[in-house]
Amino acid sequence: MSSRLAEPEVARLVMRRARWGFFEIAFWLAALATIFLFPARHLILTEVAILGLFALSLDLILGYAGIISLGQAAFFGFGAYCAGLLAKHALVTEPVLALVIAGFASAVLGFFTSFLVLRGSDLTRIMVTLGIALVLRELANRYDGLTGGADGLQGIEIAPLFGRFRFDMFGHTGYVYCLAVLFFFFLLARRTVNSPFGLSLRAVKGNPLRASAVGISVKGRLVAIYTVAAGYAGVAGALLAQTTQFASLDMFSFERSADVLLMLILGGTGYLYGGVVGALIFKLMQDWLAGMTPQYWQFWIGLVLVSIVLVGRERIAHWLAAIRRRIPLSLARRQAA
Amino acid sequence: MLTILFDGIAYGMLLFVLACGLAVTLGLMNFVNLAHGAFAMAGGYVAFVAVNRLGVPFLLGLPIAFLASALLGILLEQTLYVHVYGKSHLDQVLFSIGLVFMAVAAVDYTMGSSQVFIEVPDYLKGQFKFFGVGIGRYRLLVIAICGLITAALQLVLSHTRFGSRLRASVDDARVARGLGINVGAVFAATFAAGSGLAGLGGALGVEILGLDPYFPLKFMIYFLIVVTVGGTSSITGPFVASILLGIADVAGKYYVPKLGAFAIYTVMIVVLIWRPQGLFARGTAK
Repeated sequence: MSSRLAEPEVARLVMRRARWGFFEIAFWLAALATIFLFPARHLILTEVAILGLFALSLDLILGYAGIISLGQAAFFGFGAYCAGLLAKHALVTEPVLALVIAGFASAVLGFFTSFLVLRGSDLTRIMVTLGIALVLRELANRYDGLTGGADGLQGIEIAPLFGRFRFDMFGHTGYVYCLAVLFFFFLLARRTVNSPFGLSLRAVKGNPLRASAVGISVKGRLVAIYTVAAGYAGVAGALLAQTTQFASLDMFSFERSADVLLMLILGGTGYLYGGVVGALIFKLMQDWLAGMTPQYWQFWIGLVLVSIVLVGRERIAHWLAAIRRRIPLSLARRQAA
Repeated sequence: MLTILFDGIAYGMLLFVLACGLAVTLGLMNFVNLAHGAFAMAGGYVAFVAVNRLGVPFLLGLPIAFLASALLGILLEQTLYVHVYGKSHLDQVLFSIGLVFMAVAAVDYTMGSSQVFIEVPDYLKGQFKFFGVGIGRYRLLVIAICGLITAALQLVLSHTRFGSRLRASVDDARVARGLGINVGAVFAATFAAGSGLAGLGGALGVEILGLDPYFPLKFMIYFLIVVTVGGTSSITGPFVASILLGIADVAGKYYVPKLGAFAIYTVMIVVLIWRPQGLFARGTAK
């Protein structure tokens, strides 16, 4: 072990990851600019922001804890129905407060189901997460007096934000609201994964046995991050229910879980931006492909997935990293010239 | 009551024929193949085209479906699947979901999105009374065919050289390779047979399960339940699991239709938590 790092050196490397880079600041400035630059596109951008938050929740458990879930839609749907019901029966009229409650409720659900995914192999986890989403879907269908069953939850009226900003039909308020929520939860996630807790999660993902040998409680860490991720997914679902004023059974569906996994894979796992970038690519692709071959766009999505796997995710990430290393160099060269 | 039991058994045996190929993929290569239903769908549509459009007799349509799916299976195995065996489970999941999406859209494009039916000959329609139990002729045929297949599988697995090679490969692929067994070839042959059986099951199942482009997604969870609950170390486990699942599903839909498949999913979760290796698994070192 010749490459033993001195302690300050390690601290410096860890801190460097936590510092805001040029790309990150540019990314959020660009996101802010979309509010003013593309007012006609706010409806689709709202969806991107929501799906980005949803994919971020999956990134937390997949990219940082290594849990493969095919049932993240369980919490998405749960949050959506929570927010929908709160608004429909006028229990909580303030959207932000309803959002917090829905997210918290989903996190509680996540906490209780997290013990189910701790055991077993990848396959068991896939089946159990998938099963949880299906069970919730069946329950929502069963209690149609409460949820509206197959017709979906209709008649939701969302009160103005903070009692002042009304949700307009062009989605301007909705977009600003979703973007602000996304940014807030992104900051929280960023803080979390760069904290000692986040670093210990990486250790668990890398090698659970060794992690427990250095005194990390593997189970506790997994339960915690699964709970947080469930809350994130619930908030994303609640945002969708609030901006579309609708919640339906397909929010629990397998396709939704698969789509969010695809978004995350498109954007890349384990660096937080993957979810948002992936959601943007996914939505643009859907828009473009559906315009060319309406209804059959799933074929191309499938083709993209198969190609990504056959080429290899590591190889693609490698190419991207190579490109990214080039950019600052050429920028610096241009400044020098 | 007994009619429900009978229908449940027919349904369960059908599920077994559909899913047994998946047990091998999962047990032998440790490959999570969510696209297994696509082969069943392929078989179903081949039989549909052969019987309804080309006028092939129904009973001849079944072996055609088997051959077509087996061919498709070996083709995909040799060209695509072999590259994914060594990859992580996440990659395997992504890959097979991608295949499912492509299959769904491709079938939707070529065959239309509505549900199709195969014309069943008259002598298979209706049901007769046997000691007061209503027995559907078609379901009797399903039980007969699936029973024969199960018996044949059991014989092949336990009494032939190929069967012992396959079992050796499932138990420990590395040692089997060391003993000079060509695990890759054994696997390719088994994959083809499994896909073929899925195709046959798909063709048989059109009458019972229905067939539309979303078939692989709708029944994916059922195949996975059969395999994960039954375990992959023997053929008996998935068989018992299929029969139980079939009876439970038919009875559940008959007695408490509103609850749908709720009970099945719950039982699956409980079983997986209780015994992650499957109900009937032997203790394995893996």
